[in-house]
Amino acid sequence: MTLFNSLFFAIAALIVASTGLAITRRNLVHAVIYLIFGFFGSALLFYLFGAPFLAALMVIIYAGAIMILFLFIIMMLRVESPEERLFPARQLWPAVLSAAAYVVIGGLLLVNDPSAGVVLAAARTEPAEFGTYIFQSSWLAVEIASLLLLVALIGALLVGKRPVKEGEE
Amino acid sequence: MGVPFGYVLALAGIVIALGMICATARRNLIMILLGVEVMLNGASIAFIAAALRWQQLEGQAFVLFIIAIAAAEVSLGLALIVYLYHRTGSLDPEHYNMLKK
Repeated sequence: MTLFNSLFFAIAALIVASTGLAITRRNLVHAVIYLIFGFFGSALLFYLFGAPFLAALMVIIYAGAIMILFLFIIMMLRVESPEERLFPARQLWPAVLSAAAYVVIGGLLLVNDPSAGVVLAAARTEPAEFGTYIFQSSWLAVEIASLLLLVALIGALLVGKRPVKEGEE
Repeated sequence: MGVPFGYVLALAGIVIALGMICATARRNLIMILLGVEVMLNGASIAFIAAALRWQQLEGQAFVLFIIAIAAAEVSLGLALIVYLYHRTGSLDPEHYNMLKK
């Protein structure tokens, strides 16, 4: 087993373990912290697969900004959910059934896929090369994404205002 | 030398399945949003592996847009959650039954 392979399996185990722990935590803060480790794992995986710029973005935006936003909201709302029964059976069965069907179908697809055994060659995309590619071939999508972020900002501002009291409407 | 493409797809599939379970089985709006994030993360892993498999940069470009859209989605989703919490005092989707009363 080469170094690349053992690194991949270690990172995959880290991602699956921390994500699995995150979705079963009762305490929301613990869930978010476990998920941050999962996102660090995927940043490592991106670096391993030759995308250092996206690995940095994953740490900065996903683990650094989005998850911290979740933490802010959790601490701001001070939600205590001791009454939340983790995975009530009424909801667990549909979830497990759909996930199991999905895993079975996906596994069958993977097993029968002739190109699934193709070994990934190591490659690396320099950030400058990636940036040139983005702004040459999909500049319109970049503009649309920035417009989408602006719309989300305005929408969040509008929604985030204190709600009007009942009767004033 | 190297990892077979199928292994990475299997990892992405497992991560998406975990996110799906989280989004459907938990009864807390914040955990539902976290499940959506986990699913987007699994999709990003599949895209990066495909970019490496075919030696094309489109996969990486797609991941960049996934990150941008996840940021927009989370900011708007959390604003909606705060609004709902102030309005109803609860984060449990079961309690949003104003029309029933």
